[in-house]
Amino acid sequence: MIEQLRQAFREEADELLTDLELSLLELERNPTDEELVDRIFRAMHTIKGSSAMFGFDRITSFSHEVESVLEMLRDGRTAVTKELIVLTLAARDQIKEMLKSATGGGEAEALRAREIVAAFRILADGAAPLAAAADSGTDSPENAESGEEITFIIRFRPARDTFMRGLNPVQCLNELRELGACHVTLHTDQVPPLAELDPEICYLSWDVVLTTTRGLDAIYDIFMFAGEECVEIEVSHPGSTTVAETSQKAGVLPSEGRREGISPEPADSRDIPAARGISSIRVTADKLDRLINLVGELVTVQARLSRTALARDDDELITLAEEVERLTAGLRDSALTIRMIPIGGTFSKFKRMVHDLSTELGKDVELVTTGADTELDKTVIEKLNDPLVHLIRNSIDHGIESPDVRLAAGKPARGTIHLSAVHSGDSVLVTIRDDGAGIDRDAVRARGIAKGLIPAGAELSDKEAFSLLFAPGFSTAETVTSISGRGVGMDVVKRGVDLLRGTISVASAPGEGTAVTIRIPLTLAIIESLLVKIGADCFVIPLSQVEECIELTRTDVTRAHGHHLADVRGRIIPYVPLREHFGIAGERPEIEQIVIADIEGKRVGLVVDYVIGEHQTVIKSIGKMFREVRGVSGATILGDGSVALILDVQQLVADEERLEH
Amino acid sequence: MQEGTVMEPAQYLTFTLNEEVFALDIGKVREVLDYTTVTRVPRTPEFMRGVINLRGNVVPVVDMRLKFGMPAIEKGVNTCIIIVEVTVDGETTVLGAMADSVQEVLDLGPEQIEPVPRIGTKLNIDFLQGMGKEGERFIMILNIDRVFSVDELLACGADEEDQPRLLQANQ
Repeated sequence: MIEQLRQAFREEADELLTDLELSLLELERNPTDEELVDRIFRAMHTIKGSSAMFGFDRITSFSHEVESVLEMLRDGRTAVTKELIVLTLAARDQIKEMLKSATGGGEAEALRAREIVAAFRILADGAAPLAAAADSGTDSPENAESGEEITFIIRFRPARDTFMRGLNPVQCLNELRELGACHVTLHTDQVPPLAELDPEICYLSWDVVLTTTRGLDAIYDIFMFAGEECVEIEVSHPGSTTVAETSQKAGVLPSEGRREGISPEPADSRDIPAARGISSIRVTADKLDRLINLVGELVTVQARLSRTALARDDDELITLAEEVERLTAGLRDSALTIRMIPIGGTFSKFKRMVHDLSTELGKDVELVTTGADTELDKTVIEKLNDPLVHLIRNSIDHGIESPDVRLAAGKPARGTIHLSAVHSGDSVLVTIRDDGAGIDRDAVRARGIAKGLIPAGAELSDKEAFSLLFAPGFSTAETVTSISGRGVGMDVVKRGVDLLRGTISVASAPGEGTAVTIRIPLTLAIIESLLVKIGADCFVIPLSQVEECIELTRTDVTRAHGHHLADVRGRIIPYVPLREHFGIAGERPEIEQIVIADIEGKRVGLVVDYVIGEHQTVIKSIGKMFREVRGVSGATILGDGSVALILDVQQLVADEERLEH
Repeated sequence: MQEGTVMEPAQYLTFTLNEEVFALDIGKVREVLDYTTVTRVPRTPEFMRGVINLRGNVVPVVDMRLKFGMPAIEKGVNTCIIIVEVTVDGETTVLGAMADSVQEVLDLGPEQIEPVPRIGTKLNIDFLQGMGKEGERFIMILNIDRVFSVDELLACGADEEDQPRLLQANQ
């Protein structure tokens, strides 16, 4: 149970940290945005509060230190500086590290935490003179930290399920004590006889009389997690009464009828996490995967049902089967959309990376993102992360020039990397475009020759040259930096994208920049495809790649004089006879079918015996044993329970090209 | 692993291939299926029979006869697919082993199992965990994880035309 709560906390904290990071980076650009400062403060405060609830004590004390500095920032006692941003970012990373272990990390971690805290303290001290200059004239007396003592009467009635929510009321009281002189009265009148007592319910309530120089906000911050409905706060006349006097008054406070005084601020201004979103439920990815699997099987069974119904020629059964078909399709679509998440989460991580890397390399680079709300399957997004990291690193390291070079070339000193995602049919196009130096084709050629990838003196088209970039061990960078240039990278990118059944293309103009476009399918689970037959074997071809189907007669074959070329409305289209390619025995039928596929703009035909029709394909892996098999990307189960292989058209064609040359 | 160090009495499932009796640790066996239609995966070695649908999962099937270099035969009524769980690269994988027939479940104590002689067996001794003896019969006890290690399955798997590519990648 506790572990579950802790996990929930980790997830929540992760989100907060991401938010924190974004806000910090944003703040660097708009140092005067108070709303941002507020958001940063809230995020840190929430982390502090919930880490205390779940026993991450080190995180609590650490974030407390960070919070104090942020508080000064919020109160205008210190200004946004580069150091502050960098330090807070470091603190954010530190918390992220600490989250990974239950205790908050080992000695090394603790040491780093102390260093960061020390740096924060120095920063805070340095900022102290500023504090004097900051005035609080605009604030109401309750909120101001004017140094004037105010006495509050706080009635704290924790909700009954407080313990279930992992909150310890004593902690709130302790924190109140830190604010100033405190007198606490406990009310036990709600406690039932022992026999009826449920140890998991909180029956207690407290009245606290607090005299503090801190404002009302500080008090509300303490009760942030208890919920404001549990707290009533009243102000005694400032400075006129002492704790003792007021506590006498408080002791006899009537239970009801004290709604006058200060009512809590409207929830919208303080409840940032709740205000941010539509209501949502956290579900583990496992559960979702299981759902998708079940839906996959349902789709298979439903196909079988439809087949059987048609074969029986029973109208009632056919109607039922059609109904089931409709429902299954609906279920499938909504199940798949559950897994869809916006790609923006990944994008925001890159902002930080670009910030750090460009600082390290002494370059000025800005990352501009568009289409952050483009939705993609969760697994796809996860697997896309590494390739994108590599590509962005490459852009910063090899693409964008240093500021003086850029100025000399008549470009603005600040380089721009444009990261965009956009839907295109059943795929998503992710583009990374930089306005850097572009790819030096001659260097690529020379390097290719040096590495023995191409024969000396070979003339390359742009496309061929750029495809060399993806060869293993290829790198044009003269020097090896910590960021890139070690000769790994682009081939990793290619492999990562291949795994997603995606394609990658590069365009570049010298002096103007480079654009790398990755096209990936929306989902990895279920696709529309075309079912074809060769001999007794069934294969499926992803419908997204299929353009059209035409017939291939014996006469056509004879007319082509043994070349594998077909004449489609006057255009010559090469084809791959799959029966030959796969070594399937048997006689070719009189009239074969050519399925014409579009591969990166080229039209290529695949010759099969029959085209059966469209098919909802639930993609199954064919496992490690077949990972070296070329031309097959997976398998699916047909309506009759047999297995059909999913063709990887691109690989097939690439292999065929290699064989013929 | 030192072949032939079987300490505890254990249960083994015996099956035949080309009239020889083989056995494998029952703990590795998930179930035994009748022979069903196997979908061939093109351009794979002959012994990689293909894939079958095991209640919605796609499971690869290996023809044990061909794997051990025995002649292929027509499928008979006794032909079956033993579904085993093997550990490949530290991951558990399910696959099917096609055998002529399944015989029985046998208890074999350590005293009934002898180390594999270094010479005299036609099989690669790496595949064997020990030699059992029951009455007059020898039983070859297989080390199934070895038989189905990826290296083994891929050893003959790479197409000839793939070789240059692999070499190139290694440069």
